[in-house]
Amino acid sequence: MSCEVKVSKEFESKVDETITHYPVSKRSASLPLLHLWQEEFGYVSNQGVEWIAAKLDLQPINVYELVTFYPMFREQPAGKIQFRVCRTLSCALAGGYELFDHLKKNCKIEGDGHHGPAVSPEGKYSIEFVECLASCGTGPVLMVNDDFYEQVSNDKANELVKKYG
Amino acid sequence: MSCACKNPFNHDLATENTPMVNVQIDGEWVQVPKGMNIVAAAERFSKFIPHYCYHPKLSVVGNCRMCLVEMGTPKMDANRQPILAADGKPEIGWMPRPQIGCATQVSEGMGIRTNSPLVQECRKGVMEFLLINHPLDCPICDQAGECKLQEYSFEHGQSNSRFIEEKVTKPKNVDIGERIVLDDERCIMCSRCIRFSKEFAQDDVLGFTQRGSHTTLAVYPGKRLDNNYSLNTVDICPVGALTSKDFRFKMRVWFLKETKSICTGCSTGCNVLIGSRESEVHRLTPRENEEVNSLWMCDQGRLGFHEIHDENRLTTPLIHGVKSDWNTAITQLAHQLQGFKPEQIAIIASARMTNEELFLLSGLRKALGGESILCDIISRTGVADGILRSADLNPNTHGAQLLGIANSGKLEEIRSGVTKGSIQALLIFNETPGEAGISLESLKKTALVVNLGMRLNGLAHYNLPSSSFAEKRGTMINGKGRLQRLNRALSAPGQSRDDWEIIRDLKAAVGGGNGIHTVEEAFKAMANVVPAFKDLTIHKVGDLGIDLTLSNSLV
Ligand code: SF4
Ligand code: SF4
Ligand code: FES
Ligand code: FES
Repeated sequence: MSCEVKVSKEFESKVDETITHYPVSKRSASLPLLHLWQEEFGYVSNQGVEWIAAKLDLQPINVYELVTFYPMFREQPAGKIQFRVCRTLSCALAGGYELFDHLKKNCKIEGDGHHGPAVSPEGKYSIEFVECLASCGTGPVLMVNDDFYEQVSNDKANELVKKYG
Repeated sequence: MSCACKNPFNHDLATENTPMVNVQIDGEWVQVPKGMNIVAAAERFSKFIPHYCYHPKLSVVGNCRMCLVEMGTPKMDANRQPILAADGKPEIGWMPRPQIGCATQVSEGMGIRTNSPLVQECRKGVMEFLLINHPLDCPICDQAGECKLQEYSFEHGQSNSRFIEEKVTKPKNVDIGERIVLDDERCIMCSRCIRFSKEFAQDDVLGFTQRGSHTTLAVYPGKRLDNNYSLNTVDICPVGALTSKDFRFKMRVWFLKETKSICTGCSTGCNVLIGSRESEVHRLTPRENEEVNSLWMCDQGRLGFHEIHDENRLTTPLIHGVKSDWNTAITQLAHQLQGFKPEQIAIIASARMTNEELFLLSGLRKALGGESILCDIISRTGVADGILRSADLNPNTHGAQLLGIANSGKLEEIRSGVTKGSIQALLIFNETPGEAGISLESLKKTALVVNLGMRLNGLAHYNLPSSSFAEKRGTMINGKGRLQRLNRALSAPGQSRDDWEIIRDLKAAVGGGNGIHTVEEAFKAMANVVPAFKDLTIHKVGDLGIDLTLSNSLV
């Protein structure tokens, strides 16, 4: 486990409130809680898994199964600037994989990014593949943090690196 | 059910007073308890529906699809009455697609086809998918010979593979617990082990991570599958994914002779199969008995057999540490014993001995002087775990009480007698002076110390090598008053003999002969004088035992 984080009162009350939305089975709050944790702390550590499991009267393995199933949950911190490149068919044809490789080189990222984000050594950038972002006519598309960009050429990608960096 | 353990489910057993329904299985109308699942119902008529994930004692998840069958329900007329065919039976409307048997409960008028061409086709398809990524480990896999994947491939699979892509590789040789090694490539993701750990052992540490093509059975990081029931997962794993460290790579299962017996690790008396080859026991596995242990046993009991093959085991009779023979040892010992007054003799016996042995021992006591000879057992108390293990760690306390060998408080008197020196002849049967709380000092002062057992007692004047539970026949009474049978899987090593024979011979040498030549006869002699065993024979005890609290008055 990486270093422990402190869970604030506000976070905990947000979590408790969320749990009340699932009166029939607390277990159903697993996914919403994982999202909350990741938003708050950047990734879902074992501490997060265990904390959520305890909240929901589950065993850690029950929550851990979800974390490893859904690609949107990260077990490691991502970079400060996150690239998510679409790799589904239209974007793949339009050059999504080339764009991915270009960004990786530009940000000096090693690792393949096929299963979870690959992070640059100083922790500034991370990149990962995602599935269809629903803009198939304007590929290749990507997201930088929460912002969406279409028809991203290598030049445009370079500009984005500068803009966010 | 009076099973000591609580199964989370009992899909194979109908509760009392369940109404019967009429069901057509493979064209034949039969009656089965309403609500039973199709796999269990069909089994009652010797129709075996292959299955992986379904287990009669665990929740139903229906994820392997091996149990697909064709199913139909009665056709109804406008008044919602079943339309009857010419034979007076309901006409069945068959569903166009197969259904999983394990998650389907039988209802009135239901039709089931367990072996139609469609069903066979389904099984073939499921098998082909399961084998796509399965490694070719059979030659070195411990499960080979009792593997459901092998069995069903043989029956329902095909010999050629259409798969030309690369197999998914996964972790092998993963140490997930004190006693368990996992091979993830062999796992077929049936989730039996996950459900067992959660539902039966109450230790929810297993799960599937990386679901998808790379689904991996795993323990939560930092946790281990270490509970005292972990080895049952090896039994219920239909393939060789979960293996026992103790048994791994030791023996091909088809060489094992399986002997029905019971575990002597505590007073639960779980029913077991002793798996042995020639003169070696290789494993114990639980044997089904719904009145005792259902399908399970604890790890401690399962692995307790290794002392049988302890290299320091006593195998020759010794007199004053010198190798002797049985005739000399028994004659000399009898002679020496006769030189003591009854008050000078004491017997420490064991509630790990069989009824027959304890009965003959009470005869020996009589021959030596009867009640004035102090006699007791050593009690052993552990912690009942609420699952199978009992607090009483002696397997036959009831028997020892019933046969007058356990006399509460007497052990204390024996101890002080030995310390004071008033006891000069101490006979210890299958126990150690240390466990009886007798110091080496006082033992050294004792004129005659006799040790009967599997281990040498360096201070004993006579060491008489006897048999382990796997080497003997006989009966014991478990904590719930159930009379059960031990059977011999192998012969005792060297000159070791059956305990009952040694005791019988000693008694004959002390007080004259009696005509007991077999364990059966020992039981018969016992049944003649002990009311609790009235009218019983070893044969009648059977493989599953007899509840003495029902049939006879057990104190
Ligand atoms: S390890 Fe065995 S019991 Fe567990 S899921 Fe895999 S195949 Fe099933
Ligand atoms: S519960 Fe007792 S009898 Fe059963 S296996 Fe364990 S030690 Fe043996
Ligand atoms: S394929 Fe990339 S947005 Fe749909
Ligand atoms: S046994 Fe029915 S789906 Fe697995």
